[in-house]
Amino acid sequence: MSITAPATARSLLRFLTAGSVDDGKSTLIGRLLHDSGGLYEDELAALDKRSSVNGKKFDPSHVTDGLKAEREQGITIDVAYRYFATPRRKFIIADTPGHEQYTRNMITGASTAHVAVLLIDARKGLLLQTRRHVYIAWLLGLKSIIVALNKMDLVGFDREVFAKIRKDFLEFAAPLQFQEIQFIPMSALEGDNVISRSDQMPWYEGWPLLETLESIETHDDRGSKSFRFPVQTVIRSDQDFRGYAGQIASGTVEPDNEVLALPSGRRVTIDRLLNYTQDLLQAFAPMSVVISLKEHIDLGRGDMLCDPLHLPSQSKHFRATLIWMSATSMQVNEPYLIKHTTQNACMNVMKLLHKIDLNTLSKQAADTLHCNEIGEVEVETHKAIFCDPYTVNKTTGNFIVVHPVSNVTLAAGIISLPLLPEAEGPKVSPPLNGRARENQGLIVWITGLSGSGKTTICSAVHTELLARGIRVEVLDGDIVRKHLSRDLRFSKAERDENIRRIGFVAHLLMRNGVVVLVSAISPYRAVRDEIRENMGGFLEVFVNAPLELCERRDPKGLYKRARAGELRGFTGIDDPYEPPLSPEVECRTDREGEKESVEKVLAAILRTIHRNEAR
Amino acid sequence: MVQLSGGVELLEIKRNETTGHSLRHLDGLEAESIHILREVAAELSRPAMLYSIGKDSSVMLRLAQKAFYPGKIPFTLLHIDTTYKFREMIEFRDRTCRELGLKLIVHTNYEAIAMGATPFRLGPSKCCALLKTKALLDALAENQIDAAIGGARRDEEKSRAKERIFSFRDNFGQWDPKNQRPELWNLYNGRIDKGQSVRVFPLSNWTELDVWEYIQQEEIPVVPLYFAREREVVVRGDKLIIPEHDSEQLASDRREVVRCRMRSLGCTHCSGAIRSEADSISGIVDELKTIRRSERENRLIDHDQEGSMEIKKQEGYF
Ligand SMILES: Nc1nc2c(ncn2[C@@H]2O[C@H](COP(=O)(O)OP(=O)(O)O)[C@@H](O)[C@H]2O)c(=O)[nH]1
Repeated sequence: MSITAPATARSLLRFLTAGSVDDGKSTLIGRLLHDSGGLYEDELAALDKRSSVNGKKFDPSHVTDGLKAEREQGITIDVAYRYFATPRRKFIIADTPGHEQYTRNMITGASTAHVAVLLIDARKGLLLQTRRHVYIAWLLGLKSIIVALNKMDLVGFDREVFAKIRKDFLEFAAPLQFQEIQFIPMSALEGDNVISRSDQMPWYEGWPLLETLESIETHDDRGSKSFRFPVQTVIRSDQDFRGYAGQIASGTVEPDNEVLALPSGRRVTIDRLLNYTQDLLQAFAPMSVVISLKEHIDLGRGDMLCDPLHLPSQSKHFRATLIWMSATSMQVNEPYLIKHTTQNACMNVMKLLHKIDLNTLSKQAADTLHCNEIGEVEVETHKAIFCDPYTVNKTTGNFIVVHPVSNVTLAAGIISLPLLPEAEGPKVSPPLNGRARENQGLIVWITGLSGSGKTTICSAVHTELLARGIRVEVLDGDIVRKHLSRDLRFSKAERDENIRRIGFVAHLLMRNGVVVLVSAISPYRAVRDEIRENMGGFLEVFVNAPLELCERRDPKGLYKRARAGELRGFTGIDDPYEPPLSPEVECRTDREGEKESVEKVLAAILRTIHRNEAR
Repeated sequence: MVQLSGGVELLEIKRNETTGHSLRHLDGLEAESIHILREVAAELSRPAMLYSIGKDSSVMLRLAQKAFYPGKIPFTLLHIDTTYKFREMIEFRDRTCRELGLKLIVHTNYEAIAMGATPFRLGPSKCCALLKTKALLDALAENQIDAAIGGARRDEEKSRAKERIFSFRDNFGQWDPKNQRPELWNLYNGRIDKGQSVRVFPLSNWTELDVWEYIQQEEIPVVPLYFAREREVVVRGDKLIIPEHDSEQLASDRREVVRCRMRSLGCTHCSGAIRSEADSISGIVDELKTIRRSERENRLIDHDQEGSMEIKKQEGYF
């Protein structure tokens, strides 16, 4: 391999463009290709010919005509890929239609994109469409979005219009926590702020679109994650060489590194890393390599080599977001096939938890998913797959669903949570046989509004349990947020993440025989239920008092701040609290005294412990 | 490159100091294409590589060597010979296969040729339909090939922009652009029933310049027709045609000696040369960075009919 030529050093940026019909997407793409010199003379001549026939000036949207005509006729609504380059960077545009019925196309484009460019018509401002585009970009894990505020010429290049839309946009995108959201006011038709800075908008101090695209960081952090190498195929040569070919999904390896083979759970050592005739000193994601091992083991397609300290889950049962892409609707318990990394397996959807209303982003009960619908499901596979949550590792966290008879791709899947990983864990460490447990451990989950009385009850129960010589630990929501979850804010996703972390720690403690008192608002039912389902012993305690009372009590002054608009997304005020449907214990702190509540909880705990011990 | 004591050549780590780990553009394309080639080999039972002798095929061949090294390429090569290819192409093809020890199937629609199929008599569209599309479908059926790997790139032509990397064909080898399988992340759905097939395009995301830069980096041999030299050509409007076949059809045309090269290779009468000074790979790379004309402009078949490529592809053309 030769020394890098300057041109090859240019990095690649894949971006997706989305916008509703007539927002100016074709015009923008045409403008980008045209003004960056991405069109050849013969293509330009063909365009000129068209313009002069119509007696009009150059219309950049004609560049992408092929698709457009089809769209008008309602056929071949699809993703088209376009290529162009500047001296600084190479680009692949995934051009996707923005309409609701084309959600699947946008998802397809977003699955390989680094950045999304979302078009907004300055006259129209934020539409439901925009909301949906932002959600999809977030769901697929894009870290940056560029908001192209187009048709500024039609609003007099007005700074206020730009500022207003920007503010609205930031407000609703805030909970989703993108690393970067950039706003560019432009006129795709006139070319303002597309390639070069606009004279019409001196008040805009940022870069034009092309420069923004050229300089945006792509954050390829795959190489720094835990090592995952799904084996694609086994390579043999005459001189009894046996190697495993694959593309590194994440992480970095070097010869002599110790890795773990799944599903066998055997520890093996990397012998050589090959890229054609050359041996590598190091290989990292997303390189395609051949790995040979020092040990002779049985390894084939669908197996995985991975970091022995940070294993993926080996799960036959997980929770995922499904984007349904087929005209035939989803059916619970139908036999489907899953393709995940290099593994193929039989699968079925065990349960549809809810679907997402893309316009309000709320959850809705549903019993099927139709084409373009997104829902949260529980999936069961017939053999264990080696996976991570998508947010941790995109490559090992995604999959597709294929129909076993028609062979068509039915859905795209994003793994949110492997369920019961421990129970199906690798045979790496032998089970801790013979270690007597003093008692069984239990999670007591105390949920309720801020100010409902959780902390009071929790600390009283804590004291009582200690007095009885029971090993007990408290996980208090506020304290956890200051330490373990310091990085999280209060979006839905982050609240759920916070609860999962608490659940994880609680589970570890419980396994070691501790009674864990969790005291946290934990407003969302689904994630509470998720934790309940994965734990052996779980008692849900609903500390119930009407909102008015909690607000009157306001022990930390938080309701006041929320009402004043200083706190956003405060449970009970502008974020929902979803009460448990069948808690083991309910404490009505508006009607009963502290003592009564504490006794109820204590009794339930002791009953459960004794029952477990009796087994 | 560093030379270590054992005589083993070790690649310099392709690490970018400032951003930690990142692959250079060409290495990223290479990694993706190799992944695709291995997926075809692993998931389909009788894949074949469509070898058209051009620059894209040459790159694809190298990628296949890399994908399975030190093992052998696990599929045969298939060349659809219209008998109107350049002599230099055929020589290059036979030499390459001999040197690399590759298995090659050459298929020609002799029936049509016996009936006198030429672009002059039938027009380029009909000629292509018989000598390329029909020949290809016959060859796939005859050899029970269920996956045909081709070197087409999405940047070549409008209708290719929508093409999948794994593109499904029905029992008649036809493409239905309205009904393509969604293709997400790097998961390719290659499941088919008996009689159906897939076309696989490992170079989908490469551009013409990427191809030449890779040829330069890897020192891949290509047909000498790509390099500029003085050649006798027939000048037709702004098209330069190198007369190798059907000389009587071209007899009345004016001939000139022009310094030119082929930018894309096909049948002699349907692929024109371009005026050029680029007589080396680096010359071509430089030329492409400033060239203002599209790659397929000199191909007759694309212009023949509005949306012609899309129609051909639906019928089964590559
Ligand atoms: N005035 C003005 N019109 C625009 C601008 N961008 C696009 N248009 C017009 O808006 C209409 C729809 O644009 P088009 O690019 O086809 O939208 P698409 O449906 O999103 O691809 C066309 O008539 C364009 O000329 C702009 O920046 N300013």
